[in-house]
Amino acid sequence: MIVPVLLILIWIYAAWNIGNQVILPKVDSVVALLLHPTENLISMGSLSSNVAVSLVRVIMGYLLAAALGIPLGILMGYYGLAFRLMNTFLNLFRPIPPLAWVPLVMAWFGIASMATALGLETGRLYVYLNNLKFSMIFIIFIGGFYPILSSSIHGVMNVNRTLVDSARVLGASEYQVFRKVLIPAAMPSIINGLRIGLGISWMCLVSAEMLPGSISGVGYLITHAYTLASTDIVIAGMVSIGLVGAAMDRVFHYFEVRKYSWQRLAK
Amino acid sequence: MAVILTASNLSKIFETESGEPIQAVYSVSLSVTENEFVCIVGPSGCGKSTLLRIISGLEKATSGRVVFRNQEIRKPVLAIGMVFQEYSLFPWLQVIDNVAAGPEFTGMKKKERLKIAEHYLSVVGMSDFSHAFPHELSGGMRQRVAIARAFANDPEILLMDEPFGSLDAHTRILLQKELLRMRETNRKTILFVTHSVDEAVYLGDRVIIMSARPARIRETLELDMAHPRSRANPEFGRLTDHILRELEEEVMGIHN
Repeated sequence: MIVPVLLILIWIYAAWNIGNQVILPKVDSVVALLLHPTENLISMGSLSSNVAVSLVRVIMGYLLAAALGIPLGILMGYYGLAFRLMNTFLNLFRPIPPLAWVPLVMAWFGIASMATALGLETGRLYVYLNNLKFSMIFIIFIGGFYPILSSSIHGVMNVNRTLVDSARVLGASEYQVFRKVLIPAAMPSIINGLRIGLGISWMCLVSAEMLPGSISGVGYLITHAYTLASTDIVIAGMVSIGLVGAAMDRVFHYFEVRKYSWQRLAK
Repeated sequence: MAVILTASNLSKIFETESGEPIQAVYSVSLSVTENEFVCIVGPSGCGKSTLLRIISGLEKATSGRVVFRNQEIRKPVLAIGMVFQEYSLFPWLQVIDNVAAGPEFTGMKKKERLKIAEHYLSVVGMSDFSHAFPHELSGGMRQRVAIARAFANDPEILLMDEPFGSLDAHTRILLQKELLRMRETNRKTILFVTHSVDEAVYLGDRVIIMSARPARIRETLELDMAHPRSRANPEFGRLTDHILRELEEEVMGIHN
């Protein structure tokens, strides 16, 4: 607890010393924003509603990354042919930062959203679904996809071959080898990739929410508050990004420890 | 006694990463009769494990074939079980679920397969550890569980690939005795690969001595000693000495 307390003390001192709300707002003004997250901020919605919108976007992009990354990774980890076929191709795209996709993604999807896809133009549902822009989901997807893919591939590759052989002599079919041996054996590594992937997806959020057509989300809140010189809202937004990210990570960690303690102990 | 398994002219050529061919097994033929305990000894790295993997159906022979009861073996079958040297238990499953894995793969109902697993765990003296995880057990206990798991599928032939190879001398002798006892009550045909000559002479009805790589059969010895065998028996010593000298010649042959 010493380091955060020290940081806050330095902040209080610096804010008092600088005396300019735009450069560094007072601690209590930021805390006040965080303590009343449902309060409506001028023209930007409330902090909590923006966080909620962001969460839904991340979950969409992230689930897509997991739904594609895990099965592909498992296949590539087990079948040498699939690995040779896909690995070079996928590795060409790996070094491209998610943000570098923005212009191309805008050209592809523009400001199309889930609402566009469903042909909605008005109504309450439209307001919700219109927040789920394809371009944003794509950026978040790209961020989460690679860590999930890599850890699934390596998880499966590192499965002790004796386990697979044992299952086969015990009468396991090819499907059972996947279902009962490869997946459980690779699961700790896959979970680890899911955890890293979620972190990166969440980090890609801000860049995704800076895309044109964005009128909500924490990323939008931060950039928009910056243009209005409301630095206290900027910092409150950053703190909530940090808190939500850390909370999601804790949930994963809890799950990892509970369910996969065998891996730590099986050394 | 009826022959239940024959291997004829088995050869296996592997390719290394650089594409160089390596002959692991060269024209091995052998037949195994029902309830026989056959031990295969050979210099380490000679290809005896490969031979066992071909017989199990895990590995394909480059040429030659394995026939079990008029059926050619191309992939693993339930009638042929296998016990590996180590790390073969599923680390995320409790001991009882490990033993029940075979029956689970074949689609047996949970209640039935747990009953079978309990039975074989008691046979190997591991009933008290049904709910332990593999990492909580000693090496000897893990091998007991691995043997129980192979037995749970009730195979006719049990292939054992240096199953006691990583155990300390004392545990090893204990498990050898127990294996003989289990074989008495459960009537199994066993093909047992080991690099321990002492183990082969203690266990086998027949000992096959392999050459250095590529694995060929150098000599086959029929052992007429009754069980339980005593290591103090002069015949035991004579056989051990004979096999050791054969193996030494093989190893020296490579280096010269």
